[in-house]
Amino acid sequence: MLIKRRSFIKGTGLATASLLMPRFLHAFDADEKVAPGNKVLVVLQLSGGNDGLNTVIPYGNDIYYKSRPGIAIAKEKAIRLTDDAGLHPSLNYLGKLFEDGALGILNNVGYPEPDRSHFRSMDIWQSASGAKEYWQTGWLGRFLDEQCRNCEHSTQAIEIDDMLSLALKGKTKNGFAFKDPRKLYQAGRSPLFQDFLNAHDQEHAEHTVSYLYKTLADTKKSTAYIYEHSQQLTTGLYPNHELGRNLKTIASLILSDINTQVYYVSIGSFDTHVGQDVQQSRLFKQINEALEAFVTDLKKNNRFEDVLIMSFSEFGRRVAQNASRGTDHGSANNMFFISGGLKQKGLLNELDDLTSLKLGDLQYKVDFRRVYATVLENWLNVKAEPILGNAFEPLRFV
Amino acid sequence: MKVSQTALQHLAWRAGFGPAAADLPQIRKAKPADFRKQFLQESFNEPSDLKAVDNPFAGMTLPEISKKLKDAGEEDKKQLRNFHQEGIKKLNRLWIKEMISSKAQLREKMAFFWHDHFACRTGNAMHLQQYLQVIRSHALGKFPDLLMAVSKSAAMINYLNANQNRKNSPNENFAREVMELFTVGKGNYSEEDIKEAARAFTGWNATYTGDFIFREGQHDAGSKRIFGQTGNFTGEDVLKLLVKQKATARFLTEKVYRFFVNEELDEKIVSSLSNGFYASGYDIGQLMQTIFSSDWFYQKKNIGNRIKSPIELWVGINRQLPMEFGNQDAGMSFQRIMGQVLFNPPNVAGWPSGRAWIDSSSLMYRLQLPRILSAGTDFTVSPKADDDVQMGKVAKPAKGLVAQIRWPLFLQAFSGVENKDAETALSTFLLQTEKAPSTLMLEKYSKHNSRESLLSSRTILLMQSPEYQLC
Repeated sequence: MLIKRRSFIKGTGLATASLLMPRFLHAFDADEKVAPGNKVLVVLQLSGGNDGLNTVIPYGNDIYYKSRPGIAIAKEKAIRLTDDAGLHPSLNYLGKLFEDGALGILNNVGYPEPDRSHFRSMDIWQSASGAKEYWQTGWLGRFLDEQCRNCEHSTQAIEIDDMLSLALKGKTKNGFAFKDPRKLYQAGRSPLFQDFLNAHDQEHAEHTVSYLYKTLADTKKSTAYIYEHSQQLTTGLYPNHELGRNLKTIASLILSDINTQVYYVSIGSFDTHVGQDVQQSRLFKQINEALEAFVTDLKKNNRFEDVLIMSFSEFGRRVAQNASRGTDHGSANNMFFISGGLKQKGLLNELDDLTSLKLGDLQYKVDFRRVYATVLENWLNVKAEPILGNAFEPLRFV
Repeated sequence: MKVSQTALQHLAWRAGFGPAAADLPQIRKAKPADFRKQFLQESFNEPSDLKAVDNPFAGMTLPEISKKLKDAGEEDKKQLRNFHQEGIKKLNRLWIKEMISSKAQLREKMAFFWHDHFACRTGNAMHLQQYLQVIRSHALGKFPDLLMAVSKSAAMINYLNANQNRKNSPNENFAREVMELFTVGKGNYSEEDIKEAARAFTGWNATYTGDFIFREGQHDAGSKRIFGQTGNFTGEDVLKLLVKQKATARFLTEKVYRFFVNEELDEKIVSSLSNGFYASGYDIGQLMQTIFSSDWFYQKKNIGNRIKSPIELWVGINRQLPMEFGNQDAGMSFQRIMGQVLFNPPNVAGWPSGRAWIDSSSLMYRLQLPRILSAGTDFTVSPKADDDVQMGKVAKPAKGLVAQIRWPLFLQAFSGVENKDAETALSTFLLQTEKAPSTLMLEKYSKHNSRESLLSSRTILLMQSPEYQLC
């Protein structure tokens, strides 16, 4: 019956897209943009447990050199930040950002009862749960739930990856994951999927089927939206490796004024049990040159004040080196904040305390959820408590 | 006709991993009660071991093994790491194969349920192999036996740090999870219960090759007060106390109902099931028989509304459509892309379920999968790195999902069906939802040059539909 009515409408030339589509499939027509002046967050995940002590090197501290006779970084090699600390030699551009007041470093970030499994600790960081809680949603996913109640877009938060991380999965809304907007756009444009949508008769649909169709429709709409808005590729010069390409994609999207507020991108693996220096230096070099290209690009387009890049890793590493010139899983770690709009810059707190270790590990001083609360409240302008489930006192770096 | 076929398939999907193509003639003809009996009976036999590895230290004493491990050089260590990694991968393949081809569908499905319930990860292939045997052989037995065996398995003892739980320096991890996630559930114990129970579990340990050991010197033999009772409880006593709590029956029944029947609970049914389960001394097999022989199980609202988890999707496709892979890691690649790798649950709470499996990217992969299996264009996506397994190496893109589908075997099941009825026959077999995608629409994508190509192209199209994600 329905099909007949449709053919009739088509035949009489009265057809419009909105007449033919069930209502829920085109609930999002408003073209909300993140115009210049609005804030964007870029999360850079260092997967595998980056060794924070060879990232921000406490070269004023003897214990550091005693604990790591084979892999400690000499003071004269480090990029100088202060009298007490410097950066890994491969991070020279970050040293420059530090001088320019565009880098903030927060030391000793972690959570109570730290877990040393990569998977579990990443779960905790991405969901923002306590160590003994198991949450099935991520903090940015719940940000979408709160922020995006009335918008049907899933493009408010985008992960540059083939798979969506827990961090971007909410209760009712999910972020969007892709490596190449064009590839996903083409997949979504498949005429078969469009025909599935057109032929789906939602009045008679069971609940769960409708959810699948709704996700399909949303995917199609969102990929088209992203693709159409990201045609204008940035002219910035980026290094030709994965992180370089991914930050280039992010820059293109930021500069094309789409409604995305959060971008999520990962690099790894920092799991340096063996021969740490080679592996960490290689990854840091990539990060250093990719960030240089990205920040230069943003500055050129006057958007560096609006963008905050935040790095984290699921845990730091043991203070003492192991027998294979590497380090094993540890606990607390540092986080980096890069932006032209920082309110506090430089070293945001004291360096790691190497004298009071717990079973060879650093003891955290700042709960990472306070950082999330800061970013949510002061940067993304939303109430943090409903998203984090508890009240965490914000910091003041933005 | 359609109604009863869908109902029998409903049983196959929930009490197993879906109907196999070869079951089809039976499904069409058999009386529901006969089919049910036949579908379930094999599961109540003792399963044979799934054996991926042999103990490389067989015949050696504990001190000899410890010494050998301690003295191992770089090369030995590498070899041992490889032994475990390959063993775990092989166990994954063996179990998937069992899920696809075993006649004991309910047992494997139930074991899959228990794997999610007693979620556990370990890098020790011997421990894992033993853990799998525990959940498979007790899958339909008495829950108290299952609980005892899993709790004493080397895999769980290590995973929940029971081996670090000592008199004077207790580790409460196992005591907490056994209450919160395995038995009574949140809200039915106090922090004091956990503290005291942790004392009772002190001394539990396991060897490298997987034997349970009780270290009396580390056991706190003093008096404890748990659930209002006082005694010099041992770990075994605590597990017995836990199954005495009616809350345990309720907690498990709810979980079973959500997994096998409907995510939305029916209070009356659940409480009656839970009472029966408790009264039977936690007879799991009996609970499942009660569910599958009830009328309400076959109600419309319970059919075709469950989002298949990635494992259910993969095994189900392989059962409905017999196929072979040139690449033996195909199943593993798929699991990693979809984020559900057997023996790698995200945490001790197990996998998320239902809608949590669906986001834009995962839905696109699901809808593209049947084409990839059949048409020879591979995925070009990279699964996320798993640093617990890869130890710092870079994740490779998933490859090798192209299959050789054994179409003749599949089409045989439809040999008696006339061309004009073939489409209905296919969608009735493949989809559990009340409505199928419009035939008129699918028409234009089907190949018409022969009966075989019509049926095979239509099969792939139906498997690409959103409806196929449900069972």
